[in-house]
Amino acid sequence: MTTIAELPPGFVDKVLSAQSTFRSVMDAMARPGAVQRIVPMAGTPETMMRGTAAIALTLFDHDTPLWLDARMAESTDVLKWLKFHTGAPVIHDCSIVAFALISDGVLLPNLERFALGTNEYPDRSTTVILQVESLDSGQNFELRGPGIDGVATLQAAFKPFDLFEQLRFNETLFPRGIDVVLVADDAVVAIPRTTRVMSKGG
Amino acid sequence: MNAPAYNFAYLDEQTKRMIRRAILKAIAIPGYQVPFASREMPMPYGWGTGGVQVTAAILGPRDVLKVIDQGSDDTTNAISIRKFFAKTAGVATTTSTDEATVIQTRHRIPEASLHQSQVLVYQVPIPEPLRFLEPRETETRRMHALAEYGLMHVKLYEDIARFGHIATAYAYPVKVNARYVMDPSPTPKFDNPKMDNCPALQLFGAGREKRIYAIPPYTQVVSLDFEDHPFEPYRFNAPCALCGAENSYLDEIVTDDKGSRMFVCSDTDYCEGRQAAGHHGALSAAPYKDKARGEANG
Amino acid sequence: MYVAVKGGERAIENAHRLLANARRGDQSVAEVSLDQISEQLGLAVDRVMSEGSLYDRELAALAIKQARGDLIEAIFLVRAFRATLPRFGASEPVDTGAMRVQRRVSSTFKDIPGGQILGPTFDYTHRLLDPSLAQGFVPEAPAVAEASTAPTPRVTDILGRDGLIESSPQAEDGASVGDLTREPLNFPADRDLRLQNLARGDEGFLLAMGYSTQRGYGRNHPFAGEIRFGEVEVEFAAEDVGFAVPLGSIELTECQMVNQFKGSATEAPCFTRGYGLAFGQSERKTMSMALVDRALRARELGEEALAPAQDEEFVLSHSDNVQATGFVEHLKLPHYVDFQSELGLLRKLRKEFAEASPDADAPDAMKEAAE
Repeated sequence: MTTIAELPPGFVDKVLSAQSTFRSVMDAMARPGAVQRIVPMAGTPETMMRGTAAIALTLFDHDTPLWLDARMAESTDVLKWLKFHTGAPVIHDCSIVAFALISDGVLLPNLERFALGTNEYPDRSTTVILQVESLDSGQNFELRGPGIDGVATLQAAFKPFDLFEQLRFNETLFPRGIDVVLVADDAVVAIPRTTRVMSKGG
Repeated sequence: MNAPAYNFAYLDEQTKRMIRRAILKAIAIPGYQVPFASREMPMPYGWGTGGVQVTAAILGPRDVLKVIDQGSDDTTNAISIRKFFAKTAGVATTTSTDEATVIQTRHRIPEASLHQSQVLVYQVPIPEPLRFLEPRETETRRMHALAEYGLMHVKLYEDIARFGHIATAYAYPVKVNARYVMDPSPTPKFDNPKMDNCPALQLFGAGREKRIYAIPPYTQVVSLDFEDHPFEPYRFNAPCALCGAENSYLDEIVTDDKGSRMFVCSDTDYCEGRQAAGHHGALSAAPYKDKARGEANG
Repeated sequence: MYVAVKGGERAIENAHRLLANARRGDQSVAEVSLDQISEQLGLAVDRVMSEGSLYDRELAALAIKQARGDLIEAIFLVRAFRATLPRFGASEPVDTGAMRVQRRVSSTFKDIPGGQILGPTFDYTHRLLDPSLAQGFVPEAPAVAEASTAPTPRVTDILGRDGLIESSPQAEDGASVGDLTREPLNFPADRDLRLQNLARGDEGFLLAMGYSTQRGYGRNHPFAGEIRFGEVEVEFAAEDVGFAVPLGSIELTECQMVNQFKGSATEAPCFTRGYGLAFGQSERKTMSMALVDRALRARELGEEALAPAQDEEFVLSHSDNVQATGFVEHLKLPHYVDFQSELGLLRKLRKEFAEASPDADAPDAMKEAAE
């Protein structure tokens, strides 16, 4: 059993590391498809990538209910680390959470099960943080939408393979919808609900 | 006594997290006003508390901050806000639009084109573009939910019926990404076209009304109009008396008690930059005399 | 040659120095101390604590001194400081029934268990300026008596025993308490948030709103069931300790209005409640608050809501004097960019008007606009 003292540490400089991480995530959200790097590093409990840990420390707190995939939810290390460093309550009902952490895309539930917001309050939706294999190799995609000057390209390897097909529901749901943040180690790419993704060259 | 001790950029970390989450949602839903738990700031509501909170939540030690009010770096409120961040965050400040990474503004968009690595933070008094047509939040929220903007078009059309054109000179409503009607803050409508397809991220903070909204870079922003009455930006038809610029927004300066006046760029950095580059207006000499008046009295 | 106005920074610094001097006034006059403010202007301190949402007499006194006696400015100073304080949680509900009462009056019964206690009140004073207070006045020692051990149950509890008044709604165990300083207010708002908004609300605004209900704009036939002022204990349930820890005692004023309710298809006629609570001794505030609270319950009680005081959005959006004063006073800030745009529009409209009606005695557009 891990004691608090043995837990992987949080940020060394909480204030400036959170600011730097936030700017990377904000830039990612403002420029869908563009790969941003997360510089400040914290300790990571097993199953959690460096970028994911930094985002958790930056955005989670008592006010943000979380949903974890089965692999993370089974890890007492992850649960203790999140509770100690962020205080965010872990909830089993994924339809009312602010964030979902997905360590492995095969464990991603149907996206419609998350909070999609309402037409009056479309901001009351779940932001899905999904760990992927790579954000600089793999299949090629073309992205269009706000934040993109014409067309952006993204090369990525991830599960579930039909993630972008699933995300097409954002088009009809808008302004409701799901925003996704993809993490591969220290690299981050955001796919907000306004982004349309096409597979390039079949 | 409970002596105060303040954090980097004044706000505590919990508040910053809350604002940061709101900013991410605002970017994801362009033009939608995200409610946030605005804090009391050490400057009055109406003085830019929303913009200050947004700036405080994004600002880091490597940023270079520019603050303008009415286009000028030298107006008292701009100075006051710039000093606040220089003091609480120790960031570098500048008056140069080009050098700045974060620009907080009240009532203007700089004349110089913004670039990709910049964030423009607007101070917003009344974020709801429909508020003056429908005072109730419950109603305007429903109208946004249904994208039911008929009331706004009716209002603009009534102007046309009465005056022959749309009689809104500033805070001229826009539609963002073909969905949300949005208040651009009380900028003159001259500035509206600069919001469209802008390379910089635009963030809007309304402190008293507790709303944050955003326009992501390269997003379509259209000023509301009608086919037979297209949107027209207003600009007084004269070159800047100091730098000769023909395409900048002008302040009217009354120079004596006889109605003499001159017109100079409201964007002081732009104007000074042009003068330094050798451009001169008619008047670095005699004040502009109102032509129409001269004729009438003629 | 025209030179654009510069030097705002020096002007600001000089203005602040001048303010510091104006605040101090004639330096041959003794400086007022925080103790003097707290002890001798106690009701001002109470108001600043209430509307500033921070129970700290010393800081409130400092704020009043710093604000030169401008109470809204002082409230603003306290609020801005409060906003930077960490929030550990909500206290246990305070038991005003167990209040160590200094004053307690009911207008609904001649006598009540525990008795009517006038306490320190302006009521029944003759409002004649008293020159003896100008200097060196030493008041007569207050009358003292053995403290009564009789309980002082709330008048509304007495009515409640007979079912004549609606029961006070009880929050579910463990239900979280809303906090509009942490979550933006949405409409319709729950009563906890409405009461928080009113407790922070401007006394003058609530007074006018409450008064308007008495004059027929949303009349609800109020009786001052009880007003009590005194000390209560504040306790905080600390998770780690497992029980409620006493934090200390604070002074509160509580007002329970008893109002008519005609009943509805499903409910028998009974009295209803309006509730007011404030730090320190703040009777006008709590009575006004109770009137407005009851008015805002119109929809919940199936009453027609037509009057301003019954309009939740109207009342809750305009009650906060820090917000209100900021937005009203921000008109002092430069608006010349917008004004220029408006001026251009006005000139155009007047020109078009003159052109359309050549016979009309239309003054020259440019001249009018310029002068």
